[in-house]
This record gives sequence, structure tokens and C-alpha cells, in this order.
Amino acid sequence: MGAQIMFYILATVIVVFSFLAVTSRKVMRATVYLLFVLLATAGLYFIIDYNFMAGIQLIVYAGGIVALIVFAVMLTEKIGDKIESPSNMQMILAGLISIAGAGVTISVLLGHDFKQSTQNIGQNVATIGENLLNYGKDGYVLPFEVVSILLLASMIAAIVVAKRKFEN
Amino acid sequence: MIQGIGVTDFFIISTLMFFIGVYGFITRKNLITILIAIELILNAVAINFVIINKYLYPEGLHGQIFSIFIIAVAAAEVAIAIAIVIDFYRTNKSVNVDESEMMKY
Repeated sequence: MGAQIMFYILATVIVVFSFLAVTSRKVMRATVYLLFVLLATAGLYFIIDYNFMAGIQLIVYAGGIVALIVFAVMLTEKIGDKIESPSNMQMILAGLISIAGAGVTISVLLGHDFKQSTQNIGQNVATIGENLLNYGKDGYVLPFEVVSILLLASMIAAIVVAKRKFEN
Repeated sequence: MIQGIGVTDFFIISTLMFFIGVYGFITRKNLITILIAIELILNAVAINFVIINKYLYPEGLHGQIFSIFIIAVAAAEVAIAIAIVIDFYRTNKSVNVDESEMMKY
């Protein structure tokens, strides 16, 4: 019962703050609303007992990505300036597209009978680590290496792009 | 497993989050707020992978490992995007997408 109430609280937080994050006219506030959404997502992972995923979500998303976005906001915006709001036509069209897409997806979801597994297997962090470094069955060593090279390349690219010199 | 909460409830939340992100991606003009909308979309997809792992195929770990990869790719993407935004701001004194066509010159 407690977990059920917690689920509904987290669901409300996610939906309300995602909406605020895309409609707020102050960029810093939008970033803080995004932080609340990511924290509530970590909460969802906690109530289904995936503590390792929740930890990654908190460290990388809520800690790293939000901090990066905050730095970008501070380097480019005047805090407190309002950004221009989209035209009414654009808001109506985008709203119609989003509502239509969400409606189609949710109606399909409600009509589909998911075969839920009844077994409740807890999570073993050691197994995740072994799978990431395993090249046999259930092994993910190739995507793991690809991601590590991607992170290195993006780090170098970010430094090169941000340090570019200007003539004028 | 939560009593009374099924897999569909989680999917509905992530669907709403995804399409709110799509709405923001279409309507926003500021590059950083577009980035925030993309983060919402990526996060919704990661929730889906984790929930499918937990509720439909709990004997494997494939959903979680793919979520970990999604999070890593999102981090790399944000680092690059923010470097481009800062560079764009230094040449242009603005982060508006309408002016971003000057990037091709």
C-alpha cells in the first residue's frame, strides 16, 4: 500500500515537472524542473528494487548532466531573463501532435495484454558487471568498448570545439 | 513488484514524459531548452527498458544494460551539445535556433 501511494506521488511529480520543464519561460527554472523529473525517475527505480540503476540515474543524470546544463545556462543566459514564448499557432500544432501521439500509444498499451512474469528476482550488481565484461552468452563487451571509445571521442571533441580561437 | 501497479501504469508515465518532451522539442526556440526536451525523451526510453526488464523478462539483465548504455550516450551527447552551444554563443551572442543556420558558413 505504501509503495502504491509512493508510485502515484512519483508519477504526479514526473508528469507535472516534465510539463513545467518544457513550458517554463526561465531557463534556469526549466533546468531545476528537469532535475526533479530525473530524481523522481530514480525514485521509480528504487521502488521496483533496482538500486544500481537508481544510483546510476542519480550520479550521471541528476549529478552530471544537470550540472553541465546549469553551467551552460550560466555561461549563455542572463539569469532571470524570460525567453520568448512560442507563437499560438505553433503551440496548438505541437500540442495536437503530442496529444495525438500520446493518445495512440496509450490506447495501444491499454489494449495489449502483457504477459507479466510472476517471479520476483532481486538485482545482483555483480552479475551486471560480469555481463558487461563477458564475451560469451549474454555478454556485452563489444558495446561496452564502443561506449568507452564514444565517451573518449566526445570528451576530446567537446574540448576542441569549446576552445576554438577567434580572429575577430 | 508493487501490489496493484502493473506494467501498463509505468508505460503510461513514460509515454506522457516522451510526448511532453516532443512538445518541448517542437515549441522551444532556445538551444538549451531544446536540449532539456531531448533529455526528457531519452529518460522516458530508459524507463521503458528498465520496466520491461523488471516486469516481463526478470531472468535476464538486457534491459538494464541497455539503459546504462542509453545513459552513457546521453552524457556524451550533452557534453558535445553544450560545447557547441557555448561556441555558438561566443560567435553569435545568442542561443536562438532561428539564427543557427549561420553555423554552416
